[in-house]
Amino acid sequence: MEEALRLLNETEEACVLAGGQSLVPLMNFRLAAPKNLIDLNLIPELNHMAQVGQNIHIGAMTRQRSLEYSPLIREHLPVLQSALIQVGHRQTRNRGTIGGSLCHLDPSAELVAICALTDAVMHSLSLQGRRQIPASDWAIGLMTNALQPGEILEYIAIPIDAPSHGHAYIEYARRHGDFAIVAVGTRLWLDHNERIAKASIVLSGISAGPVRLKNAEVALIGATGSQSTWQAAAELAQQTPAMQDEQITAEYRQHLARVLSYRSLESAHQMALRTKRASA
Amino acid sequence: MNTNQTLSLTVNGVEYTREVPARMNLVDFLRNELHLTGSHVGCEHGVCGACTVLVDGLSVRGCLMFALQAQDCHVTTIEGLADKDGALSPLQAAFHDQHGLQCGFCTPGMLMTLQELLNEGITPTEDELRERLSGNLCRCTGYEGIVKAALQVLQSQSNAESAP
Repeated sequence: MEEALRLLNETEEACVLAGGQSLVPLMNFRLAAPKNLIDLNLIPELNHMAQVGQNIHIGAMTRQRSLEYSPLIREHLPVLQSALIQVGHRQTRNRGTIGGSLCHLDPSAELVAICALTDAVMHSLSLQGRRQIPASDWAIGLMTNALQPGEILEYIAIPIDAPSHGHAYIEYARRHGDFAIVAVGTRLWLDHNERIAKASIVLSGISAGPVRLKNAEVALIGATGSQSTWQAAAELAQQTPAMQDEQITAEYRQHLARVLSYRSLESAHQMALRTKRASA
Repeated sequence: MNTNQTLSLTVNGVEYTREVPARMNLVDFLRNELHLTGSHVGCEHGVCGACTVLVDGLSVRGCLMFALQAQDCHVTTIEGLADKDGALSPLQAAFHDQHGLQCGFCTPGMLMTLQELLNEGITPTEDELRERLSGNLCRCTGYEGIVKAALQVLQSQSNAESAP
């Protein structure tokens, strides 16, 4: 790890290579042409997953496939697995890493959204020392993360709350495995009266980084969960400022935000009721 | 990136050592250096799946991995599926039986993706199978023959296991 940090400091036009499932396509298209690559694949201390106190620590070079099949993640962060199976394809998950997805920072990247949804904290390392970056500060622009030159993402700490009762990660993509146009992730916790005790909702694909729907999260507390509840939250989602590009208008992204928020909340709520009743 | 480095690896059971530029993709190495031209190069950005090979048993995009990253790895390509005498593997034979190919460009990638699934020893539902094949594009067959061929093999595998 020290050698990688030193090389990153000393080498001209050096780029860090993780799983290669985003950087290598860019290099094949000659959209990126780094003079030097520093391959992190041979650094074992970046590939780990463990519960540490009230957090799950995931090394930046942990393969997406390892997360997909991890019993630890299934138990504590099932929403991560719901999102993961929508990340690319089997062949790309075999190589792709969580840290690579986070650093590449596609606006629709599922793992970036899940880190925002779960209030994860990124831990970075440089020759100057360690630094922590909360998920809410991770995206500083389009496909631009908060790492400084010379810094490498070391691991991600995801807090384990009381397990949520229901979750959903619903995205709309043109083809299975493509990056979504818009996606919505939801976690719901119910109280003993089956009212919503806590909610977290994240939109992705709508702007450079994921957006937490804090106003809807607050408005949902105490609600019983009916069509009008989901509709009100979905309307808040639709009001989120959206980016626009040559293919997709801002209005269409906002439309998707509304429709997918409704579906995501409804689906998470149905799951929450099942979980709650099964445990009663 | 164009300086050569030494690469040693095993491909289809044969050990090779070559001097390879750091920038060379695994599939280009297999095709141009080892002359194993069964793995195809389609989109070169990880979408079409024609370059799929197994590295230490896991399916990967041959165009999204550098050859040097396969140091000390066991790579299996389409050339490694049939027996030495040319007898087709069960998956290859099933593709033949069920018309699982037309032009054949996607076939090496399809077979390597399915071989990984076969090696896992699980019998998928048709939906699970189609999900697994979603990373391999075929522009000829409409996938029906491919799915039939795969189910034929994967289901006969589970029958063989459940037989007394």
